Amino acid sequence: MDYFYHILVVVCIYAVLANSLNLLTGYTGLLSLAHAAFFGIGAYSAGLLALNAHMPFFVCILCAMVVAGILGLMVGLPSLRVRDDYLAITTFAFQILAFGCLNNWVSLTGGPQGLNGIPRPAIFGIVIASNAQFLVLTACVCSFTYWVVARIVRSPFGRVLKAIREDEIFAQSLGKNVAKYKLTVFVISSCLAALIGAVYAFYIVSIDPTGFTVMESIFIVSILIIGGAGSLWGPFVGAVVLVVLPEVLRQVGLPEALAANSRQILYGILLVTFMMWRPQGLFGEYKLGSSSREGK
Amino acid sequence: MQDETRAENVIMLDVEQVSKDFGGVKALSEATCSIREGEIVCLIGPNGSGKTTLFNIITGFLKPDCGKIVFRGSDLLTLPPHHISKIGISRTFQNLRLIRRLSVLDNVLLAFDQQIGEHLSNLFMRTQASLQMEQRNRDEAFSLLEQVELAEKAHNAAEDLSYGQQKLLSIACCLATRADLLLFDEPIAGVSPYLTDRILSLIRDLPAEGKSVIMIEHNLDAAAPICDRMIFMDSGRIVSEGTPEAVRNNAQVIKAYIQ
Repeated sequence: MDYFYHILVVVCIYAVLANSLNLLTGYTGLLSLAHAAFFGIGAYSAGLLALNAHMPFFVCILCAMVVAGILGLMVGLPSLRVRDDYLAITTFAFQILAFGCLNNWVSLTGGPQGLNGIPRPAIFGIVIASNAQFLVLTACVCSFTYWVVARIVRSPFGRVLKAIREDEIFAQSLGKNVAKYKLTVFVISSCLAALIGAVYAFYIVSIDPTGFTVMESIFIVSILIIGGAGSLWGPFVGAVVLVVLPEVLRQVGLPEALAANSRQILYGILLVTFMMWRPQGLFGEYKLGSSSREGK
Repeated sequence: MQDETRAENVIMLDVEQVSKDFGGVKALSEATCSIREGEIVCLIGPNGSGKTTLFNIITGFLKPDCGKIVFRGSDLLTLPPHHISKIGISRTFQNLRLIRRLSVLDNVLLAFDQQIGEHLSNLFMRTQASLQMEQRNRDEAFSLLEQVELAEKAHNAAEDLSYGQQKLLSIACCLATRADLLLFDEPIAGVSPYLTDRILSLIRDLPAEGKSVIMIEHNLDAAAPICDRMIFMDSGRIVSEGTPEAVRNNAQVIKAYIQ
């Protein structure tokens, strides 16, 4: 049963990550390959504060979000000048830098050993320790993220985001300050990734840089592509498919060595299949990398 | 009556000695013209004569190499495009920009300025005010769509409209910004005769609402009856300007259009 809860916690974590990336990529059309970096920044900020400063849980989370928000603003700056593939490359560079820092800034992050023994969090005096308790916590964060993203995309603010995704120049000609919107979305998206990053650090107790590599960023993008970018439920479906499927493969008796490799193959096949036959994903309304500027 | 004539003589937009070079090609050279309040001006000239470049410079999408543009006392050259739209200049594009995958209604709603719900904090703090404003804007958007006979298509995607209807929609978006100076880039090119009449009568009525219009158009016969003045451009220069009749009888204009 504990194992089952664990899988659900992981599904929730990836659903939050994909959902927050969705705001940036699915709704605003800004493809970022740095989402795992913000996840990691959140995890490390919260972990460091809990370990070294013995800060309470909520303070750790808040600080993690602030740190990620500021860095998100910085990463958002290039998006004012470049987009599409070029933005993917600049965010990719940030992802590599962030991993480099986590891995090599030994005095702060502990280097490859990472942070160990992060204390269990207490919320209103209740210590969260079991997988079931963490499932409740991550499910709450998941609902909160869904609520924030839904509130944003269904509003006039969200309408401007979609306009920026489809045609920036048109949005500008109607008096929308595109730069302000892009930066705001970068900040919100990074904050949400850091929020779940912080919860993740408390959940798995030991974190090290390998959890926040570029492969992880690509995995989050894959969830979004398969679930469907630009839809509210897409990220959940994508997270369930991509997290549960490998576990099922393991259950059907594939040897461990083969299961681990087949996972990569599976992602590859899924991604190629979706890109060819269903680029908008299972539920999406937006085909990544396309826009109405085509054919002009 | 006295007041009306005076208002019409007040200069709204002043373009002074504006030049723009594209790698040695003079797209605009020392263009000077002015637009008065409540006036419809038609900008004509052969392809590549700098008409759209002038639009792009007025709306801030291009910065000129030199010159000055003043709109009701504000210097436009220091302002970014979204700011120029906010102070009251709105435009359509020759290659028809719209948010194709959003509904017709959403396109118009997007154009309204000063929306409470466009500020992030208001989404969470002033939910009610934001919803109320959205409802008011929806009503206004519907009445605009009725004006352009698109109310029935309000919930269709913009890309499902015919070309002429898309042009009408882009004009509706322009009107929704509540701008006082409207720049239409070839509003009737490639549009069916029925919609052409529709668009022209819509433009003709704008000065009565206190708006001025600059339109780029190649169809002189269609544009002449509704405009107060014509400006003829060639090779980046303003060659001739005056009443439609005067400009159309200008030797250089005749030469350019007969060639």
